[in-house]
Amino acid sequence: MSDPSTASIVSTPRAEQPTETVSPVGAPQGDRKEKPRGLLGDAWLDLRRKPLFWISALFILLFLLMAAFPQLFTSGDAVNGSLDRSLGKPSGDAWFGYDFQGRDVYARVIYGARASIVVSVLSVLGTLLVGGAMGVIAGYRGGWVDAVLSRVADVFFGLPFVLGAIVILTTFNGSGTSNSQWKIMGLVTVSLIVLSWPVVMRLMRSSVLSTKEADYIVAARALGAGTGRIVLKHLLPNCLAPLLVYGTIMVGSFIGAEATLSFLGVGLKSPVVSWGIMISESQSFIRVSPSLLFFPSLFLVLAVLSFVMLGEAVREALDPKLR
Amino acid sequence: MSDILVSEQSAPGADGSGRPSGRLLEVEDLRVEFRTRDGVAKVINGVTYHVEAGETLAVLGESGSGKSVTAQTIMGILDTPPGFVTNGQVRFHGKDMLKMSAEERRRIRGEGIAMIFQDSLSALNPVFTVGFQIAEQFRIRRGMSRADAKKRAVEMLDQVKIPNAKGRYSNYPHQFSGGMRQRAMIAMSLALDPEVLIADEPTTALDVTVQAQIMDLLGELQRERQMGMILITHDLGVVADVADRIAVMYAGRIVEEADVFELYRKPAHPYTLGLLNSIPRMDERGQELRTIKGLPPNLMNIPPGCPFNPRCPMAQPVCREKVPPLLQVGAGRASACHFAEELVNRD
Repeated sequence: MSDPSTASIVSTPRAEQPTETVSPVGAPQGDRKEKPRGLLGDAWLDLRRKPLFWISALFILLFLLMAAFPQLFTSGDAVNGSLDRSLGKPSGDAWFGYDFQGRDVYARVIYGARASIVVSVLSVLGTLLVGGAMGVIAGYRGGWVDAVLSRVADVFFGLPFVLGAIVILTTFNGSGTSNSQWKIMGLVTVSLIVLSWPVVMRLMRSSVLSTKEADYIVAARALGAGTGRIVLKHLLPNCLAPLLVYGTIMVGSFIGAEATLSFLGVGLKSPVVSWGIMISESQSFIRVSPSLLFFPSLFLVLAVLSFVMLGEAVREALDPKLR
Repeated sequence: MSDILVSEQSAPGADGSGRPSGRLLEVEDLRVEFRTRDGVAKVINGVTYHVEAGETLAVLGESGSGKSVTAQTIMGILDTPPGFVTNGQVRFHGKDMLKMSAEERRRIRGEGIAMIFQDSLSALNPVFTVGFQIAEQFRIRRGMSRADAKKRAVEMLDQVKIPNAKGRYSNYPHQFSGGMRQRAMIAMSLALDPEVLIADEPTTALDVTVQAQIMDLLGELQRERQMGMILITHDLGVVADVADRIAVMYAGRIVEEADVFELYRKPAHPYTLGLLNSIPRMDERGQELRTIKGLPPNLMNIPPGCPFNPRCPMAQPVCREKVPPLLQVGAGRASACHFAEELVNRD
């Protein structure tokens, strides 16, 4: 995943790249930017030149807007339909047609963005935070701390995802409970985090283990840097790349996981709208009305692809050797 | 019984006129062992040396002789486990650093004692610009603003003779050549004006012409700043120009310590003699190179008596029984050989 050769599709086109990175750097360049930039400043400069960054960022922005203000995109009703329009074909009135219950598919896809995106993005952030922190602690401290954390991670790792999620969600979100939409989304998010952090933790731990032996970490210590500074400034930036890539892939798989849980009836439930619910509902009509599957899947794929591309672009920008 | 007894007067005849006198850094009877699964390796067995302000001490020895581990112990970057200090003191301005708190030691690093690493590519953080890494120290340790720190960092790069320092500030380590990287590393180590600089094989990873430039630069900066410098090397050629004094290490001990000219003129230990003889010479073209026969001892199982005795051409029965102490032989020099007097007084 972190192999630079696989990343060519999002690389900055060589022609656009000014020769300023080639030595010797001219003095005018030094004059132009008076204020010294940090790692993120340099990454931003690099990102700005990547067309794929802008495309994926645009899509993500669009999806975020959709999640926050669905009214901007449609005036249709996502929840109520009229049965006489059941399985209606796409038309000027309803661009994506109507589902079995006669609800406007376009409106539903737009409204469904919220649950899908909020759940997946929050779960990814949570997973990265929890797993990343555990990984850094385990890798950097080593010894018994590492042993304890790794065994705890193993326990969670051993739980099959679907089984674990069913157990957690039926306990707190079983039939008969009347949780609000946000509460269910919170529960789904928490169960996703609880069951996925060990992967990130292992990734981070191995990354930290190989990086902490590096000479520049020893050199930083020899020049009197404190533990906090070493971890935050010297260790983390060098361990971040695999995490970012994995994180963006996770966004996609978590949208899918949310759909799986909805399909099993333990996650979000109708009348809440999510892409997962729509996809699972469409499976009975796949021969009659394939557009029911096509449109939510299209949005799902677009969202996942945008996050993956953004992740790739960011990872490349953060690696000075690819600049 | 201690095997090493360096007399207090073993300080060299290096001219100390006009320099701030006093022993900046003293290592005394230091013993370090590595406790591994296969057994205990006694890596340092009673090393004693010191360095004064404005003086360069070269620590010479082959791989595994303990020269780098001594430096790591001084800096406090020895990996524990497996490394453990079992005895000895490391005094900086007379205070034993091994007894200080972690925080106290951290303060000394960088400002009191700094270190240059052998491989500058891996010793510079690949994700930050070279300039940023130098400026970072000014910002954190001196509380400077970003702009001031940058100005100082550019000055430092300029001092180590990096052309177009201002433009180079925002380059990444991989955009520097090997020699430039080592210069940047030197700039980084000297940023906080340390009193002692430990250079751990600073030129090993460089080609010969660049080696000479870097050594010249180090010597120049050391004289300018009146630093004490410990130059760790296995290269006799590197030492000759820069060092004031040489300490030769073998199997975790100092076997000879002398003024650089004295040592080259008349080594007082058969190991040093062997090292000097093994330098290829133009007038011996076509002949087989002279070597020291055998291998350095296994540190988990150091032979009894003088550790060099299995390889020593002069070995006598006494060498296999008694460890020779490091004793003074003549003015300002010491040797750990039973026959040091004979070696010095021959011819």
